[in-house]
Amino acid sequence: MSITIENINKHFGTYKALDNINLEVGSGELIALLGPSGCGKTSLLRIIGGLELADSGKLLFHGEDVEARDARERNVGFVFQHYALFRHMTVFENVAFGLRVKPRKERHHEAEIQRRVHELLSLVQLDWLHDRYPAQLSGGQRQRIALARALAVEPKILLLDEPFGALDAQVRKELRRWLRRLHDELHITSIFVTHDQEEALEVADRVVVMNKGKIEQVGTPDEVYATPATPFVYQFIGNVNLFHSRDHAPWTQQHGDAVAYVRPHDIDISTSPQDDTALPVEVKLVRAIGAIVRIEVSADDSCELIEIELSRERFDTAPLACGDKVYIRPRQFRVFETGETNELSAT
Amino acid sequence: MASFRAHSVLPGFNLALGFTLLYLSLIVLVPLSALFFKTATLGWGGFFEVLTSDRVSASLRVTFLASLAAAVINAFFGLIVAWVLVRYSFPGKRIVDALVDLPFALPTAVAGITLATLYAPHGWIGQYFAAQGIKVAYTPLGIVVALTFIGLPFVVRTVQPVLEDVEAGVEEAAASLGAGRWDVFRRVIFPAIYPALLTGFSLAFARAIGEYGSVIFIAGNMPYISEIAPLLIVSKLEQYDYAGATAIAVIMLLISFALLLSMNALQWWTCRRGAR
Repeated sequence: MSITIENINKHFGTYKALDNINLEVGSGELIALLGPSGCGKTSLLRIIGGLELADSGKLLFHGEDVEARDARERNVGFVFQHYALFRHMTVFENVAFGLRVKPRKERHHEAEIQRRVHELLSLVQLDWLHDRYPAQLSGGQRQRIALARALAVEPKILLLDEPFGALDAQVRKELRRWLRRLHDELHITSIFVTHDQEEALEVADRVVVMNKGKIEQVGTPDEVYATPATPFVYQFIGNVNLFHSRDHAPWTQQHGDAVAYVRPHDIDISTSPQDDTALPVEVKLVRAIGAIVRIEVSADDSCELIEIELSRERFDTAPLACGDKVYIRPRQFRVFETGETNELSAT
Repeated sequence: MASFRAHSVLPGFNLALGFTLLYLSLIVLVPLSALFFKTATLGWGGFFEVLTSDRVSASLRVTFLASLAAAVINAFFGLIVAWVLVRYSFPGKRIVDALVDLPFALPTAVAGITLATLYAPHGWIGQYFAAQGIKVAYTPLGIVVALTFIGLPFVVRTVQPVLEDVEAGVEEAAASLGAGRWDVFRRVIFPAIYPALLTGFSLAFARAIGEYGSVIFIAGNMPYISEIAPLLIVSKLEQYDYAGATAIAVIMLLISFALLLSMNALQWWTCRRGAR
């Protein structure tokens, strides 16, 4: 089922949580809402789920206005960051809950409920835990149960609010892949909220980057990483070095105030100046982290650190040590006028 | 002895257990056993004679039924008060919160006199009841009013923290799964707060059974109708019938203990089912 969001606004007191949001989600898509905390991503998700009401704007499911329908009538599955499992019920009863509270006419027979719940528990690979209580499960298991519970009512849309936010790194990674596989199997239109860029880029079909109640960019993971639309996206997704036109005029090639954005892996290092735009710097720190080597350098006249990433192979052909004087030059960069960048200086 | 002991990082199991037993003996067990010893001077025959006298059994009935009614009323309305205090914010909430504890602080006699004045046929509230032909003060209904007053804080204060602990997310999850408001309450919220509600109920019940000060002023104290057992004990004491007084006390004690024990068992049983 497709979702259309038109001009949605939401205030909390004087605080503007959502500022004129427009978004189109295709049927069967897996979308990530990505942004720092307080950017409005969770508010947007809760509005779609009917847990919160927008101040103005339109929300359509498959072309149909759903603003008047409350959460229980929207047929939306919701997964919460802190699981929100019913702790006095067994795993089985948690998953069966949505089936048991259906109006009498639509309710299934007990045998059918049993069959369905066990089917869902097998889908999340936890059928063997069906008679346990939530308190007896690990975080990862609880979230999978929460997902099975949400899927029990056969929702047309699945909403996940920081689903892996409370889990440790290893489990998170595993569940991410698992969610992706599950989505490929079920093809439910899904939206998940995250502040973890790696998670968004790895799992989603399309990423919606949000900041301060506005959408900064919508695009495939590759698009938002390779061609960020705004300085904010540049900084939020991946690391970036900033070079101001005041100090690095030849790079920015701008007349006015501008800033060049350069990814750490888009910087070349050499021991002699490549051309007259090369910047003489001193190596301050060399740190090998797995397959990459992170180098921090600073220009002679400033104490600002510039971050550079090299592959280990490349580093090994010309090793560097602290205190070495070298020259750097960006291979690729993007320039934004200062007017645009002012916005992000506050973040 | 060692078999009771689970290893613990905190030392002092022996000392703490010894102290607990000594303390409970001094404060609870010794006075209570003195009660039993005094009663024993009556012998079984005398004990049953006191117990089966019409006046005593009528007063026991009044005491336990009024206490039960008051505890039920408190369980219901206390739950609503706790709900409002936890779920909503409104101006003056802190004052309302503090008001809940007042029945604890007020001398019970003051409460009794005040309530009796208010609910008397010509009192502020009593006149409206009187117009409907209902007498509140100086009837068993008045006893229930007084017992409701003094038992109010128990339910509110036991349910409140547990209700605060039920995250709003759980209710939202239930709603998004299609549950109506009644289903959310019945299947999600009530099971979570039920043990606390039962605790509050039994505390209010136990407190009401032992209440004396406030009741005697509003009850009218008519033998067989609105005379409570604690009052009967006092009047027996005034007649120097100490053994008779302790006999009533013993029977009240036994009934209360049985009731509280069964409520604890019920709670233990539901908690175990909840495997919390």
